[in-house]
Amino acid sequence: MSKLIEIRWHGRGGQGAKTASLLLADAAFNTGKYIQGFPEYGPERMGAPITAYNRISDEPITIHSNIYEPDFVVVVDDTLLEAVDVTAGLKEDGAIVVNSTKTPDEIRGSLKGYKGKVCTIDARKISEETLGKYFPNTPMLAAIVKVSGIMDEQAFLDDMVESFKHKFAKKPEVIDGNMEALRRSLNEVNGL
Amino acid sequence: MSIRERLSGNEAVANAMRQINPDVVAAFPITPSTEVPQYFSTFVNNGSVDTEFVPVESEHSAMSACVGAAAAGGRVMTATSANGLSLMWEILYIASSLRLPIVMSCVNRAVSGPLNIHNDHSDSMGARDSGWIQLYCETNQEAYDNILMANRIAEHLNVQLPVMVCYDGFITSHSIENIELEEDDKVKAFVGEYNPEHYLLNKKEPIAVGPLDLQPYLFEHKFQQAEAMRAAKDVILEVSEEFAKMTGRKYGLFEEYKMEDAEVAIVVLNSTAGTAKHTIDELREKGVKAGLIKPRVFRPFPVTEIAQALKNVKAVAMLDKCDSTNGAAGPLYTEVTSALYTEGITGVKTVNYVYGIGGRDVKSDDIEKVFTDLQEIVSTGKVENPFRYLGLKD
Repeated sequence: MSKLIEIRWHGRGGQGAKTASLLLADAAFNTGKYIQGFPEYGPERMGAPITAYNRISDEPITIHSNIYEPDFVVVVDDTLLEAVDVTAGLKEDGAIVVNSTKTPDEIRGSLKGYKGKVCTIDARKISEETLGKYFPNTPMLAAIVKVSGIMDEQAFLDDMVESFKHKFAKKPEVIDGNMEALRRSLNEVNGL
Repeated sequence: MSIRERLSGNEAVANAMRQINPDVVAAFPITPSTEVPQYFSTFVNNGSVDTEFVPVESEHSAMSACVGAAAAGGRVMTATSANGLSLMWEILYIASSLRLPIVMSCVNRAVSGPLNIHNDHSDSMGARDSGWIQLYCETNQEAYDNILMANRIAEHLNVQLPVMVCYDGFITSHSIENIELEEDDKVKAFVGEYNPEHYLLNKKEPIAVGPLDLQPYLFEHKFQQAEAMRAAKDVILEVSEEFAKMTGRKYGLFEEYKMEDAEVAIVVLNSTAGTAKHTIDELREKGVKAGLIKPRVFRPFPVTEIAQALKNVKAVAMLDKCDSTNGAAGPLYTEVTSALYTEGITGVKTVNYVYGIGGRDVKSDDIEKVFTDLQEIVSTGKVENPFRYLGLKD
C-alpha cells in the first residue's frame, strides 16, 4: 500500500454514500490508520447526486482539499454514470467499482475512455436478499475494501460486527443480515 | 496517556465542553456550528454535565444570556457561525467591555449575502476589533486543544476577556479525522475551578455592571481593556506551556513550518495551512525553499514576533479567506505588513491573495501557484499587483 490512498464516492442523497464513507474511515481507523472522511456538502436532497471522500494513510494527513485525483472511485448508483463524470481524475493504476447488474465490460463504455480497472457488483440483489430492503451502502463498503485492498478482509469483518452492534443496538436483528451482506459482497465483485 | 479517537471538529469541541462542564451554555443553532450545542445538549440530557443549558430564540439573546450568566459569576460557553455572529454584534462588545471571560466557538462560515453556508473567514474577521481574543485552528485537534485552553486564558486576572475559538466550517467542523483526547480528570484538573473576583451574585459585595460611562472615564476603561488584550499574549503562552506539559502538544502565538531557511513563505489561517504544508513538502523535494506561518493568535496580534519570523524571507504572501472590500487588501495582509513596517523590516516583498470565499475549494495546485508567483517576485524584484485573487473564475 502506498503512503496515501484517496477514495471518492458518488451516490444519490439518501443512499448512504456519506455514511459508507464514514464507516470506511472508522474501519480503517480501527486498523491503526490515519483517516479523513468527509462529504461535499451541497444542496442536499433525496436523489440528488452527492460526493463523499476518504483519505487513508499510514502517516498523518495534512491536506484539506477535496479529492481530484482519486486512487479509487465508488459509484453507488449506476444512473449517475450519465449525469456525473465519475472517472474525472481517476488514476489509471487505480480502479472504479460500480453498483450495477451489468458486467465491467458493459460499464466501461459509459466511462469516457477510462483505461484502468473497472469492477461491478450487484448491490441491489445482495442487499435485497440479505437485508430484505435496498440499502446499497453496505455492499458498496465491502466492495471498496475488496477492490482497494486497504485492509485485511477478516479484520474488516471483525471490526464491522462491533460497529454494527453499536450502530444497531436498538435493532440487533439486522446485524446478521448486514454481516451477510458484507461477506457476500467481498466475494461477488466482478472484474477483479 | 492521550486517547486515540476519530471525531469531527464539532464532536471534538462538544466533548471538550463536556469535559469542562461549564455553569451555563446559551446557544441558538446555525449551520455549521449547530452540532456543538446539539451534541452538548445530549450531555446535559444524559447527566454527564450539570450545566444550565439555555436554548434561546436568537443569537442576540444567546450572547445576552451569556453576558448575564458570566456577570453573575458563571463559567459560560457558546457557539455560533456567520450570521449568528452578526446578530450577536452589539453584545460582543458588551461582553468584552464588561471583561466577561465567555468562551465561544466560531465555526467559520461566509456571512450573507448572497446566502452561503460554506467556509470563509468573513464572520470572525468582521469581529476582529470587538475586543475578543481570537484563536484560529487548523484541525479538529487544534479546535479541541484551544477550547481546553480558552477558559484559562479568558479567566486569568491579567486578562478577563472573552475568547473566540475559530475553525473552518465543514472542512474542520464536519470532517472525521484522527484526534487525541485527554482524560476527563486531567482536563478537569487543568481547567480548574472558576472563582471570579467580582460578580453580581456576591451578596457581600453589591456591584453595578454596565452602568453609564461618559467622558470622564470611558477612555480609561477602554485603555484598561486594551491593556488586558496586550497582557493576554503572555498569558496565552503560559497556559499553552502548561498544556504542552500535560499533552506534549505545543502551541505558540503562531506555527512556523519549514521557516528556518525559507526564502518564500505563505501566511495563512486554519485548514488551508494544512494543505499548504502538504504543498511545501512537495516543493521542498524540488528544492524550493518554501515555508509557512500559521497564526494561531490573531487577537492580540503578535506584531513583533511575526515580523521577526518573516525578516529573512525574500517574499511573503498573505492569504485572506475574507475580502475586506476596502479597495485594497484583506485583514491578514494589512496586519502582517503593518507589523513588518513597525519593526523596521522593509526588504521583504509582500503580496495579498483573497481566496476560498464562500467555500471555494483550495487545492494543493492553488498553493503551488502562489509559491510560483513568489519565486517570480523574487527573481524580478517587482510586485506588479499586490492585491490578488486565488481560485477566482475568469
